[in-house]
Amino acid sequence: MARSVETRVPLTDITVSRHADASIAVVGGPNSGKSTLFNRLTGLRQRIGNYPGVTVERHVGTLKADDRTIELIDLPGTHALSAHSFEEQIAIDVIFGRMAGTQPPDGILAVVDATNLYQGLYLVQQLIELECPIVVALTMSDAAELNGLKIDVDKLSSHLGGTRICRVVATTGQGINELRNALIDLPKATPPEATEAWPELSRAAEKLAATASVPLRRAEIERLLVDGASGANRHVLDCLGGNARADVDRYRDELFGMEPPLAREARVRYAWVRRVLDDVQQTAPPFYSWRTRLTEFLNRPIPGTIGLFLVMAIVFQAVFAWATPIMDLIDDGTAALGASVATVLGGGAFSSLIADGVIAGVGSVVIFLPQILILFLFIILLEDSGYLARAAYLLDRAMRSVGLSGQSIIPMISSFACAVPGIMATRVIPNRRDRIATILAAPFMTCSARLPVYALLIAAFVPMRDVGFMNLQGLVLFGLYIFGIIAGVLTALLMRKTALRGPKPPFALMLPAFRRPNMQTVFLQLLGRARVFLYRAGTVIFAVAVVIWALAYYPRATDIDPMLTENEASAAQLEQSWLGRAGHVVQPVFAPLGWDWRVSSAVIAGFPAREVVIAVLGTVYAVGDEADEATLSQRLRSASWPDGSPVFTLPMVLGLLVFYACCLQCAATLAVIRRETNSWRWPVFAWVYMTSIGYLGAMTAYQLGT
Amino acid sequence: MEHNGATLASLRPGQSGIIAAIDATDPQVQRLMTLGLVEGAIVELAGAALGGDPMEFRLFGCGISLRQEQARHFKVAASDPGG
Repeated sequence: MARSVETRVPLTDITVSRHADASIAVVGGPNSGKSTLFNRLTGLRQRIGNYPGVTVERHVGTLKADDRTIELIDLPGTHALSAHSFEEQIAIDVIFGRMAGTQPPDGILAVVDATNLYQGLYLVQQLIELECPIVVALTMSDAAELNGLKIDVDKLSSHLGGTRICRVVATTGQGINELRNALIDLPKATPPEATEAWPELSRAAEKLAATASVPLRRAEIERLLVDGASGANRHVLDCLGGNARADVDRYRDELFGMEPPLAREARVRYAWVRRVLDDVQQTAPPFYSWRTRLTEFLNRPIPGTIGLFLVMAIVFQAVFAWATPIMDLIDDGTAALGASVATVLGGGAFSSLIADGVIAGVGSVVIFLPQILILFLFIILLEDSGYLARAAYLLDRAMRSVGLSGQSIIPMISSFACAVPGIMATRVIPNRRDRIATILAAPFMTCSARLPVYALLIAAFVPMRDVGFMNLQGLVLFGLYIFGIIAGVLTALLMRKTALRGPKPPFALMLPAFRRPNMQTVFLQLLGRARVFLYRAGTVIFAVAVVIWALAYYPRATDIDPMLTENEASAAQLEQSWLGRAGHVVQPVFAPLGWDWRVSSAVIAGFPAREVVIAVLGTVYAVGDEADEATLSQRLRSASWPDGSPVFTLPMVLGLLVFYACCLQCAATLAVIRRETNSWRWPVFAWVYMTSIGYLGAMTAYQLGT
Repeated sequence: MEHNGATLASLRPGQSGIIAAIDATDPQVQRLMTLGLVEGAIVELAGAALGGDPMEFRLFGCGISLRQEQARHFKVAASDPGG
């Protein structure tokens, strides 16, 4: 199952600039409280980057002592040193010092949840085999006591070969100072002795290590023995030299016989863990807290499912209702800034570039920040409280009927704000086929950039009429959301039946107990998200906005009638600009959809970022920048063909809406699909597929209606 | 050890059992074993989603969710009376 990641570089090729005196890897299982502890230790002294060649985020923070700085690397959560997902592989590569650009850690901080020693100790005993200085942070010891668990830390330490153990409560800061001191001394500390977990394996590894040409760690050889000579382990086999292959095969035969090695490892190591638990842990009747009661209530199928829909409704309401005032403010702000810059700089290309290109372009990105931050706030809160895992669990059955699993739910929900974070959220899906099917379904969800386009067209062409207890306009908008969901789900189903056909992936999800999210962690994560969003989306859309501006600005018209009003003049300029000419050239392609050259050029301009279309429609229909949407919709209504018949008929508008619901007009989404799938194949496929569906859908609507 | 066909999937909510035998040929089952579902582990069924699938189990203090078809790979011996 372990997937190899092709990012390995010979260690000699890696040059590392050492900013810090030592580096410590923070390792722990998912939900072990690892990130909360990391934030407690490093605070604002942390930065988020990427591991080279992959999109997994690299969280690094620094710990300052009197005379030294120590770098802490917060690794993705992993249950064991054998990888089952891409993120786990990254964590393991860093631990073994195989990650390019990241120096091999000088020490390990193992984070173990005191309420879940069972799984925690499985990882810790594997980490001890690294023969590297290690300190164990026992988190949530307060919750463990409430659960009736008493842990004898001294006894545990002696079972772990003398490993230093610090009890901490990350939320209150209890024990943090002691841990900080332990970490500062850690690089110079001696590694713990081997545990009694699996002496046969340790002995075999030691005998093999003696034959190696370069020093190898016991843990590396153990992985070779258990996982076989695939992926990164091949390198270990090469270092063992000469007869190693035969020796390895002999040892594997002795150790495992016919039993699958991973199964053997789990059996042996967990048997040891249970013996240790019996010795160090005493259980008393748990204190029956409101959290236990809440968990038990939400465990029941019907309250759990109703609760889930309630939570989702609140999140949607918040994303749309709370964000609007701030978005309006940003919108007014950028418009005012653009206008004043244009006044100060006067006319000319430079002024237009700054006002219409840069300010309008950057503004079109910043305006989505409130929605995205509110959405992320909820997602972080839900994730940190342990609820998101429960949502995946509750909806697994529904998702399975379309060939996905419950883990696809989180990316789909995120995509209603923006497909970019939604697609990034697919990293939690371990199965590659599942993950790509989810990535292809996500851009169909109605994102916040589609909303203004829908709002404009619906307000202009769908009559205000009551249908039952609902309004026709609201109904059409709701219908478009449902349409997006259905199209996305059908796409996933289609892909899982054809190109991504494969066995049903397993579904094993850890369900953590509910806990109060730590506000410092929430704030730091939100800050990180805001930075990443502004930087990543900002660079792409910014560049695109400048290009579109240039296409609409050049070549300059020379013979515009000075008697024309400013708006008419800019419309005339646009018609003969590169963008306008392109509109004329492609108009025959869009003729079966009932679009004239203006709509065609607006749609083309919208391919890099779909929200651009409103600004372009505003310019082509010559209403100028200051026009509000009511004026624009009036202009759209009165737009006509040369023969006098209206351009925007109901079938044409419905077609245009279908086109917008399907078409992948977002360069940022394409870029993120490219990064996340590590190939151009999927973004190209997604673009062609979604554009074809949009085109055919719009044509069907127009041709049937006319 | 009496496990006449009883598996994790046949536990009732609130009932616990000891895993008695696992057919570990499937790599997906091996993954679950890495998470601690091995012979000798005491597992309690905490609840299930609508329709009884997937199921939520408690395993020494942690919650783990499995689909029924996966839970069937784990044969159990009842650990509480009447189970």
